[in-house]
Amino acid sequence: MKLLHYWRAMWGIIWRELWRFVTQRERFISALVRPLVWLFVFAAGFRAALGLAITPPYETYILYEVYITPGLIGMIQLFNGMQSSLSMVYDREMGSMRILMVCPLPRWFLLLSKLLAGTGVSILQAYVFLAIAWFYDIQAPWQGYLWVMPALLLSGLMLGALGLLLSSFIKQLENFAGVMNFVIFPMFFMSTALYPLWKIKESSALLYNLAQYNPFSQAVELIRFALYGQFNSHAFIYTFAAFIVFMAAAIIGYNPSKGMMMRKGGA
Amino acid sequence: MNPSIALSVEDLSFSYGGKKALAQVNFKIRPGECTVLLGPNGAGKSTLFSLITRLYDTRDGRIELCGFDIKRQTLLALAKLGVVFQQTTLDMDLTVMQNLRYHTSLHGMGRKQAAERIQQELERLNMYDRRFEKVRQLNGGHRRRVEIARALLHKPSVLLLDEPTVGLDVPSRLSIVEYVHRLAVEEKLAVLWASHLIDEIYPDDHLIVLHKGQVKANGTVDDVLEATNSPTIKDAFYTLTQGEQG
Repeated sequence: MKLLHYWRAMWGIIWRELWRFVTQRERFISALVRPLVWLFVFAAGFRAALGLAITPPYETYILYEVYITPGLIGMIQLFNGMQSSLSMVYDREMGSMRILMVCPLPRWFLLLSKLLAGTGVSILQAYVFLAIAWFYDIQAPWQGYLWVMPALLLSGLMLGALGLLLSSFIKQLENFAGVMNFVIFPMFFMSTALYPLWKIKESSALLYNLAQYNPFSQAVELIRFALYGQFNSHAFIYTFAAFIVFMAAAIIGYNPSKGMMMRKGGA
Repeated sequence: MNPSIALSVEDLSFSYGGKKALAQVNFKIRPGECTVLLGPNGAGKSTLFSLITRLYDTRDGRIELCGFDIKRQTLLALAKLGVVFQQTTLDMDLTVMQNLRYHTSLHGMGRKQAAERIQQELERLNMYDRRFEKVRQLNGGHRRRVEIARALLHKPSVLLLDEPTVGLDVPSRLSIVEYVHRLAVEEKLAVLWASHLIDEIYPDDHLIVLHKGQVKANGTVDDVLEATNSPTIKDAFYTLTQGEQG
C-alpha cells in the first residue's frame, strides 16, 4: 500500500511536469530553437575553421555539426535543469512548492520525483532535436538512438540535481540571472561540447584541466559515446558520482532542520 | 495520545537569526472546534503555520498533530493535515480537476477514490460544474473554494487556513467564513484560522490572540472579553495589541 502511494505520487509529479511542458508551446519551441541555432548557424560557420581528427567514438572524419550534436543535447539538458530549478524558485515564491512539501512523503523522494519529471522533459526535447538533426543528415547508427536513452537519463538527472541544488540556495527569482552567467555559460564553454579535449589542450593547459574535470564534459561524452553504441565507463562513473554529490547536497539544502530554508524564511 | 486534542503546541519558540518570531507559544485545538488565530501583520502567524506544516524545523518546543510529533513522526502527522496557504497555490494553467488530481496522487489515492472525493468536495462548494475550467479563468473567491476543497480531499483531521480571505470581495469572504465554520461542526474538523479581520470571528469560536510572537489571550470569545474587560472583540484586540491593529 505504501509502495503504491509512492508510485502514484511520483507519477502525479511527472505527469504534471510533462503536461505543463507540452501545453506551454512557447517553452517547447524556445527549448528547441536554441540548440538548432547553434547547429544550423554556429556549427555551419565553424565547419571550415575547425578541422577534426578521428577520435573515438567516431571511426572516420566527421563534420563539425556531427561533433557538436551531443554537446547540444547536453546543452538542452543543462538549460532544462536550470529551467526546472528556476521553476522551483518561482514555485517557492508563489507558494505552490509548499503543497508538495506538506504532503506526507519524505522530502528526498519528492525532490527525486521532481528531478525525474524534469529529466523526462529534457529527454523528450533531446529526441525531438535528434529527429530534426536526422533530417539535417546528422545520423547516428539506429542502435545509438536506443543506447542514448539511459545516458540521457543519467546526464539529465545529474544536471537537474545541480539545478535543484542551486534552487535551494537562491532566495529570489531575480537572483537567477546570476546562474546564467556563473553556472550555465562557464559550464558549457569550458567543456567538450564545442571542442574536443585535445584541441583545448593545444590552446590552454588551464582550460584543458577545467574542461576535463567539468562534470558537464563527462555528461556530454557519455551521450556522445552512447549515441554511437559505445559505453564510456569513465564518463559514466564521473557523471554518476556528480549526480550523487549534487543530489545529496540538494536534499540537505531542502531539509528543514539542516538546510538553507531556515535562513531564507521561505519554502 | 489524547483523542480529544487534534493539534497541540507546547512551549514553541522560534527565531530568524537573532530576531525572535515566536516566544513560548502554547495552545491546544480540539475536533469540531474553530479556532481563530488573531494577530496584526507580523505577529508570527505565518511562522507558526510554517512550523506546524514542517516547512521550518521545530527547535524549541513541540508540535503534535493527532498525537503524532511533527518532528519525529513527520509523515504520520502531515497525513492528518489539510492546509490552505495565504498565497494561491493552484497551478493556473491546469484545470480544477487536474489540480485536484495532482493533490490526490500526492496523497496516494487511486483514480476511483480520487474521483469520488473530488466530486463530493466540489459539489459541497457548488464548483463541480466548473471542474474542467482552467484555474486562471476562475475569480479569486472560486479559486479559494477550490483550494479549500483540495485541502479536504484526503479527509484531514486538522485544517489550517492562513488568512484565506485576503483580497476577496465581501460576499466571497462571508461565504467562505460560513462554510469553514459549518465544516468544523459537521465534519468534526479541528480548524485553525489565521486572520487579522475581526468580523471573521463567530461567537462560539475559540480565540488565540498572537502579538509580537507571544500568545496574549487564549480562550472562548467570552473568556477573552471578560479577561480584557472589553465590550467587543475589537476593543479586546485593541487592548491586547496596544493599538497595533492590522
